[in-house]
Amino acid sequence: MKGRAGAAPTPYIPNTDADRAAMLARVGLASTEELFKELPADQRDPPIDLPPSLGELDLLEHLRVLARRNAAAQERPSFLGAGAYRRFVPAVTGSLAARSEFMTAYTPYQPEISQGTLQSAFEFQSVVCELTGLAVANTGLYDGASATAEACLLAARVTRRSAVALLEPIHPGTADVVRTYAYGAGLRVDMIGSAAQMTGEHAAVVVQQPDFLGTIRDIEPIAETAHAAGALCVTVVDPLTLGLLRAPGDAGADIVTGEGRDLAGPVAFGGPSLGLFAAREVYLRQMPGRIVGRTQEQHGARGGDESEASPRTGYVLTLQTREQFIRRERATSNFSTGQSLLALAFTITLQALGPQGLREQAALCYQKAHNAAARAAALPGFAVVERGPWFQEFLLRGPLPAAAVRAALAERGIEAGLDMSDRSEPEARAALLMCVTETTTEQEVDALVAALTAIGDVT
Amino acid sequence: MIERAIGEEDFGARLAFDRGAAGRRAVAVPQWQGRETPLPAAHLLRDSVRLPELSQGELVRYYTALAQRNFGVDTGSYPLGSCSMKYNPKVNDVVASLPGFANAHPAEPEAAQGTLRILLDLQRALGAITGLPHVSLAPAAGAQGELAGILMIRRALEQRGELGKRRRVLVPDSAHGTNPATAAMAGFTVTQIPTAADGAMDRAALAAELDGSVAAMMVTLPNTLGLWETGIEEAARDLHRVGAFVYGDGANLNAIVGRVRYGDLGIDIAHLNLHKTFSTPHGGGGPGAGPVCASTALAPYLPAPVVVEGSTGTLALHRPRESIGQLQQFHGSVGVLVRAYAYIRTLGLAGLRAVSENADLNANYLRVLLEPHYDLPHPRRVLHEVVFSGSRQRKAGVRAYDIVKRLIDYGLHPPTVYFPLIVDEALMIEPTETESREDIERYAAALVAIAEEAERDPEALEEAPQHTPVGRLDETRAARRPVLRWPGPETEPCGSKGTVER
Repeated sequence: MKGRAGAAPTPYIPNTDADRAAMLARVGLASTEELFKELPADQRDPPIDLPPSLGELDLLEHLRVLARRNAAAQERPSFLGAGAYRRFVPAVTGSLAARSEFMTAYTPYQPEISQGTLQSAFEFQSVVCELTGLAVANTGLYDGASATAEACLLAARVTRRSAVALLEPIHPGTADVVRTYAYGAGLRVDMIGSAAQMTGEHAAVVVQQPDFLGTIRDIEPIAETAHAAGALCVTVVDPLTLGLLRAPGDAGADIVTGEGRDLAGPVAFGGPSLGLFAAREVYLRQMPGRIVGRTQEQHGARGGDESEASPRTGYVLTLQTREQFIRRERATSNFSTGQSLLALAFTITLQALGPQGLREQAALCYQKAHNAAARAAALPGFAVVERGPWFQEFLLRGPLPAAAVRAALAERGIEAGLDMSDRSEPEARAALLMCVTETTTEQEVDALVAALTAIGDVT
Repeated sequence: MIERAIGEEDFGARLAFDRGAAGRRAVAVPQWQGRETPLPAAHLLRDSVRLPELSQGELVRYYTALAQRNFGVDTGSYPLGSCSMKYNPKVNDVVASLPGFANAHPAEPEAAQGTLRILLDLQRALGAITGLPHVSLAPAAGAQGELAGILMIRRALEQRGELGKRRRVLVPDSAHGTNPATAAMAGFTVTQIPTAADGAMDRAALAAELDGSVAAMMVTLPNTLGLWETGIEEAARDLHRVGAFVYGDGANLNAIVGRVRYGDLGIDIAHLNLHKTFSTPHGGGGPGAGPVCASTALAPYLPAPVVVEGSTGTLALHRPRESIGQLQQFHGSVGVLVRAYAYIRTLGLAGLRAVSENADLNANYLRVLLEPHYDLPHPRRVLHEVVFSGSRQRKAGVRAYDIVKRLIDYGLHPPTVYFPLIVDEALMIEPTETESREDIERYAAALVAIAEEAERDPEALEEAPQHTPVGRLDETRAARRPVLRWPGPETEPCGSKGTVER
């Protein structure tokens, strides 16, 4: 960007023409073009079709216009969950996690000036262990589904088996990601309808809690069946539900994965996300991802008088010989940059809620969902499918095909649940998977009931 | 940075779990006022969860103190090699949190046309920048982008009926560890290609490996020494001649953005790290985003989803015909993608070309300022980063480790050390374009002063850093006696419980 004497080329680049001239003279170059002299001359400086640059004011306006094109800008009542849940996240979470010392740091290779990232990652590992009932956790993976895929790879490594079983109903996105990772690892992925279908070929059974249709599972007999078959039990959780539900580790799960995004911040079209990953201690050295450990200052780290003082406690990345930058092709995973900032936000939310608040928030979600379901089920032409105890999602059948109910609700400004007509479970096929969380208001349920009533009246 | 005051507590010894008091709370959750539905059966429930009990003020002070014990790009110079720790524009954070974007539900893409427009235009921009026009934004980070790319190559070979015989991926010995780890995750074996004296791949060694057993070569451009891979176009042609693919690791795109396109060099597929070149905050280790950009031949295998425009102008998520599948439950690190889009829209082509121009000038300026004081194993003009060796200081008993710990006392973030592995006592410095001439001079002056200290008083450096919340930490102890969670009863020493059942 030449031509404007003395100008810095963008607000983010400080060097002016005068700076560049002085630096070039010192480097011994006539122009900055010479910096690129080793690049192939016939391919240098190609035409690249990009839109013109925008100043900050115009950029803001451009993106505000685009944001308003999303229906979410209108704050419609929404009953859509299916893996992404609009949760209550306390104000302190966003405020603290946005501090630029957290936000603009990177992987804490220098622990002396990264204790903020490291100590909060240790808090995160502790929170995940407490929630899941397992002994060890890493600092987080990309999302719940890829964490589940990594759990399957771990299970295959330790059992030396080459198939995994996914217990239906499981989120199709989770199954899809497991298949992607399994393709590289040469694992077969079997969809099973009951734990009894496991065989000695399976390294693990993956069970979603609550399942994809919203029903709360009893993990214990599933884990027992898996263990009897010599396989691991991997349980995929929605962490808020663990405010009420039994810790899967206590019920026999060997690895627990889950999606932490919704307690860290907004759903944001599904990402960035946060994969939770906890395991029994015996699998520690096979775990993927980064792990933070507590230690203390080296003896005499400060020299002089201070060597008299007792060493201070600190945190470091540890057990790194599992990782790609040391072990290369023999690493447990290629995982490197993860989701640290979301792990921090997740931790702050959980610690702000505390034991009482977490239980209350989970209970509020449960009560609101069951109240809404009862009101919908009472409407002529509508029914809630009975599948056993459930947490926040239920199957709603109406007098019209699910797609038609969904469209009719959309016309009335309501985001309905997921159309389940492509599911294999017979009870799901004509239904919408409706979700109510702690953030759903009574007015929104009123609007849903009114809209469903109108749909019922027309038919 | 804050130092310990006289008599201050051992801050790190007290977690949030150890603070506060039973009965305190940081946030009030409303009680359900309506009809109570009974909870599920008791055997499905838990008694309680152990979590901290702090007032809101206590929690805020604790995490504020933690933030103050961290160093970010906003704190000062952070020239971590290969990480492009550039300034992260604030406006990008603002636009990514607009409610229309933040609250869009991933299961209803038809209602998120604004988000999809951004994603489509970002796909197009990255396609134009790389010369690899088919783009999936799905990967969550560079390493996941690598996995996607190598799985795509695997599927393409499978469709050609050649997967059985093409089992090897060639990786230079200067590559990031993610490259060989990725090849292994995708089911390939790794053959390492040595680096020649000039810092580029040893072309004779490469030629000797080329045959019908090669699936692909993974190459970082420029390489991790900050050097151009001279002759990469011919190398790519040689790979293609034996029927193999060329994978480009785009971690170092910042050096050449707007100057040359991967596709024009013969690269078939590349991933980009949006948190590096495109300036999204690194977050203490993510979230990032690692889109993959592919040639037409590999486009059918792209990970799902990609954004497409229908005939009516409606945008939709699409699963390519032979897709390797999804990498995440939903659609990628959308919040990061929005920031990268905003960055590209702010800079335009001229701004992006100014990025590589100033990034490379800064690195070379630093090179000439430091060359008299530190060994430069590959004394060539560099691109965006320069890798010195601390071997001269090593002779005086000072390790690269000591040098960087001392830098911390100057208020500067150290460079990457001991990488690339092929450089003895490596100091890998990437200033980026957002550092000023004075910043570079200050950084060089500190390293020159440390080189002098290393000669004058090498023992003193072993006590650095002196001015940080904690001094050097005992990493061996951390690994031998792992304490990985509160309440932290120490586990058995390594070997007794830590080994895996086989």
